[in-house]
Amino acid sequence: MGLQPYLILAACLFAIGLFGVLTRRNAIGILLGIELMLNAVNINLVAFARYAADPAGLIFTLFTISITVAEVALGLAIVILIFRVRLTVEADHLDLLKG
Amino acid sequence: MEYVTILMVFGIALLVGGAMIGLPTLLAPRRATAVKAEPFECGKDLLALPEGRFAIKFSTVAIFFIIFDIEVMLIFPWAVQVRPLGWPGYLAMLVFLGILMLGFLYMWKKGGLEWD
Amino acid sequence: MSAALVPLAPLLLVAATAGLLIVLDLLPPREGKGHLGVVALAGVVAALAGALTLWGREGRAFGGMLLLDNFAVFLDVVICYAAALVLLLSMDYLRRNGMESGEYYILVLLATLGMMLMAQAADLIVIFLALELMSLSLYVLAGLFRGRLTSAESSMKYFLLGAFATGFFVYGIALIYGATGTTALDRIAAASGGLQRDPLLLIGFGLLLVGFGFKISSVPFHMWVPDVYEGAPTSVTALIATGSKAAGFAALLRVLFSTFKVAQPDWALLLWVVAVLTMTLGNVIAIAQSNLKRMLAYSSIAHVGYMLVGVVAGGALGAGGVLFYLLMYTFTTVGAFGAILLLERGRQEAVELDDYAGLAARHPLLALTLALFLLSLVGMPPTAGFAGKFYVFGAAIRSGYIWLAVIAVLNSAVAAYYYLRVVVYMYMREAEGVPTRPAPSFAGRLALGVALWGVFQLGLMPAPVLDLAQAAVAPLLR
Repeated sequence: MGLQPYLILAACLFAIGLFGVLTRRNAIGILLGIELMLNAVNINLVAFARYAADPAGLIFTLFTISITVAEVALGLAIVILIFRVRLTVEADHLDLLKG
Repeated sequence: MEYVTILMVFGIALLVGGAMIGLPTLLAPRRATAVKAEPFECGKDLLALPEGRFAIKFSTVAIFFIIFDIEVMLIFPWAVQVRPLGWPGYLAMLVFLGILMLGFLYMWKKGGLEWD
Repeated sequence: MSAALVPLAPLLLVAATAGLLIVLDLLPPREGKGHLGVVALAGVVAALAGALTLWGREGRAFGGMLLLDNFAVFLDVVICYAAALVLLLSMDYLRRNGMESGEYYILVLLATLGMMLMAQAADLIVIFLALELMSLSLYVLAGLFRGRLTSAESSMKYFLLGAFATGFFVYGIALIYGATGTTALDRIAAASGGLQRDPLLLIGFGLLLVGFGFKISSVPFHMWVPDVYEGAPTSVTALIATGSKAAGFAALLRVLFSTFKVAQPDWALLLWVVAVLTMTLGNVIAIAQSNLKRMLAYSSIAHVGYMLVGVVAGGALGAGGVLFYLLMYTFTTVGAFGAILLLERGRQEAVELDDYAGLAARHPLLALTLALFLLSLVGMPPTAGFAGKFYVFGAAIRSGYIWLAVIAVLNSAVAAYYYLRVVVYMYMREAEGVPTRPAPSFAGRLALGVALWGVFQLGLMPAPVLDLAQAAVAPLLR
């Protein structure tokens, strides 16, 4: 199998994540969308690394995974913080700072 | 081929277990009433949600778990290549683990693991 | 081993101080963490001094992943100045708000470390990791005033939009890696010469620019700025406005000028449009703001537009002008936010325009200081703002971007209105109601003093620093 199917899969996954981020109103939902986008990146990296027989891409994948996890952990912590203060996780309800 | 027996054991276990759960739903009579749908609370009025309020401390522990869980992943590539990387690699991993332990110590001493 | 680490001395100093702070924070006393601030400040100042002694040296470390050149040194200095001034401002500010905690100082240092790493990165992977180290620390810092909903909300918004931008950024890196087979900046430059029109590379480069656009807050990726700047603790706002912007520009300039040099006509055209949109939108919306932190947020967007003018102009004049601008912007903006941070009305921070009415009559020195910072933002001679704008716009004219320079000058004229309005309020209005008072803080005053010194040093004698800035960009333009 060539490189192209993997790239298309990753692009689709990225688009789904992007769609999720733009349409979801729930902070957790947005976070899930961002996760999908970052995982699309991982598919890309692994496919490229395999295609070029270069381990650098695989190592980069490990870094993106760990960074992603750090982001999720932080995101959930912030969601809990908001929930404690405000008792909502809907991004729409966060309107104290209005432009 | 020697795994076939194990597979058969799994199969039979699945069959028996499945039957025990599945058959009553097929055979047993069911007449749902409003009273039956209520959660069991010794005949009293409902005090709390059936699934209960789940404590925020669970999420804190889960967040800590996921971070340290993933950090371990970064050790694997080094473990595979221990010998070619030699002492410099070992030293680098020690530094990494040292930083990780510093974070762990900070979390511990700051009360991140306190249950109550 | 130790000789190889010399190029990293500033980074290691900050990292070691952060580690030391983690240990110190666990030791008694449990209450009162003021001494941690002093240690953090000492670490940053040591890193600043270390960076200055490394001027003129070149080197690489960790298999070429990190490098040191004059460009990195210049930006390390800018970032260290920003961090040091913010730390000075923070000490009494946190105590006043009952939020003095060890983790604040640790996170400020980690954010600083991330920013400096961005300046010294020679590989897209390192840029990504540094960006995340900086961003994750800043997300937490923005939400540090836990009890305040605005703070938690700004943290949430900053996090969601920042993580979103990160998605674009790494996707871009992945595509560039796919197109060129490497993540090292110099090897990408070598490989991309042959495949200028490769769609994979072009899309990757575009996505990378989107990620950078978020971090330096250029239009159309500026939506988070006003909310985050308003809601975050003011000292953190100052750090986000200066340090994180300097770090973003550091990586952006390196990527644009040394890695994607072949595509310069293309990205210059793109950034021309972005620059015009950024400064115009920032200035126009800033006019309508009555909250000073929000106004400065939009003004900071406008200033990103001015800096992009220098990027478009290119060459030693343009890129050097951007570095000069970053330094002058750091002093001026930290100063302006610092003055706001010191003032309080009743129990509240004085952030509304009305709070500043008649300030000059009762607190002439502080009013004058704030006025001078605002005048520097306008670009009045003899302040640093004038020199910065003069160099950047001049570079645009020299490179033949006459219209861009004209639009930028017109924008500066518009901007004068909302900056001077604050000055008018301070000097020509009568105060009403509860008086606005400066909080007693020696460290805060010291920070304002240093920032004011910077503003006049750069304003009265800009040439030596500009020479340094032009020498700093020389390694990129080779």
